[in-house]
Amino acid sequence: MIEHLLSSSDLDLETATLVLDTAAEMAAVSGREVKKLPTLRGRTVVNLFYEDSTRTRISFEAAAKRLSADVINFAAKGSSVSKGESLKDTALTLQAMGADAVVIRHPASGAPHRLAGWIDGSVVNAGDGTHEHPTQALLDAYTMRSRLGRLEGLRVALVGDVLHSRVARSNVWLLRTLGAEVTLVAPPTLLPVGVDSWPVQVSYDLDSVLPKLDVVMMLRVQRERMNASFFPSVREYSRRYGLDAARMGALPEHAIVMHPGPMIRGMEISPEVADSTRSTIVEQVANGVSVRMAVLYLMLGGMA
Amino acid sequence: MTSVSALVACPLDPQSFNEPSSEAEKEGQMVSAKNDLAEKTILDAEAMARTLDRIAHQILEKTEGGAETVLLGIPTRGAPLARRLADRVSTFAGVQVPVGTLDITLYRDDLRLRGVRALEHTDVPATGVDDQRVILVDDVLFSGRTVRAALDALKDLGRPSAVQLAVLVDRGHRQLPIRADYVGKNIPTSLVESVHVRLSEVDGADAVVLTPGGER
Repeated sequence: MIEHLLSSSDLDLETATLVLDTAAEMAAVSGREVKKLPTLRGRTVVNLFYEDSTRTRISFEAAAKRLSADVINFAAKGSSVSKGESLKDTALTLQAMGADAVVIRHPASGAPHRLAGWIDGSVVNAGDGTHEHPTQALLDAYTMRSRLGRLEGLRVALVGDVLHSRVARSNVWLLRTLGAEVTLVAPPTLLPVGVDSWPVQVSYDLDSVLPKLDVVMMLRVQRERMNASFFPSVREYSRRYGLDAARMGALPEHAIVMHPGPMIRGMEISPEVADSTRSTIVEQVANGVSVRMAVLYLMLGGMA
Repeated sequence: MTSVSALVACPLDPQSFNEPSSEAEKEGQMVSAKNDLAEKTILDAEAMARTLDRIAHQILEKTEGGAETVLLGIPTRGAPLARRLADRVSTFAGVQVPVGTLDITLYRDDLRLRGVRALEHTDVPATGVDDQRVILVDDVLFSGRTVRAALDALKDLGRPSAVQLAVLVDRGHRQLPIRADYVGKNIPTSLVESVHVRLSEVDGADAVVLTPGGER
């Protein structure tokens, strides 16, 4: 069904909808007494994480375990990688250990694509540099669909550090496939070069965009990836692009507030917005497990 | 069976995605088109209606009025059959029996032998299955593997006081020690034949037909 999941632009409408529908059935499992399915018994999923991560790694681990797959967690820190082993050699080691799927997070954009060429098993991109994070986009789409009932025609704004955000890129491609309209809102310094060729609208002014939205997704300012000064001060950024209670009031009644996490309260989102009933931040985490179960099932559930 | 292509995300394989729940039908699907002329009707719409009337009465008899009983249909065609039985039980005895669906895809023992399958909806009634008499409903009983998977799925949903099985057609050739409590019609078949149950909810009309061409 799905051999690798490297970019959300690899998913056509039919496949993306299948993943979301499958996730909806998987979500029912999370609500029952025995949260376990025998489906991937005997399969091995390796979590290969070259970057720090809490929710994504735990989410993939929970998803694989609920499907009865064996999970091997590999963190680059404290492993043979810190002794200088290359990605390829690490990959071949995992292959020799019989990994059916490798979930990889890597600071270099494109690392999962390289990995997919080296090993026989399936590769899931769990975030590569500033490139893509397709399962995050899938769980965001799932959350929008379950809260608002549809995706076609939804008006979605991605606000903040688009430049460094793989979540933004994956969302742009997936939401376009699913028929939503995307607006990017950011200071000019935090928009990537070539953004005019993306299938999106661009705005520098958050307040003018808010009243027309169904979904506002706040992005974290990724200071760890910033090697220059992209805005004058945190306070100024927050005043112009942060979502506070007053701005939330400008949203239509039904609109939801999303954040892929980890969020910096007081920077891109104020605490009262993060904790409001419109915020889907905790829901997104729960939905992440269901969506990743769906991806692993569609990847490994059939013939080897 | 089609193999998974090397594309990153390949289009749906229609063969593995629109498969009906009955094993009998699956095995016959590929050849059925060629042999339409040779198909033999076992039950027409009226006979099917009478058969379902009888099963509903038998359910009422065996469950002593249908108390603490839940009907769970196995998709695709077991689901509408379960609803029809519940409607009849309600007409005959005025008892509302909770009815739901139980998808067994994730519990199949042949997942690795075929392409990945899309999931059907599982819908357990609000009463749950704990301490209830669960009656599984399917269209065709063949190898018994679907029912085994359903028993495994049921075990993860709770602990029923008893589990029974109702099928419209029993065509024999069991591979597991499983038998049905309610049988619409026993049809002795050979393995080179297939049984197709057609329901108006899914196929536009009611009929049970036998066609030549079964397992390879």
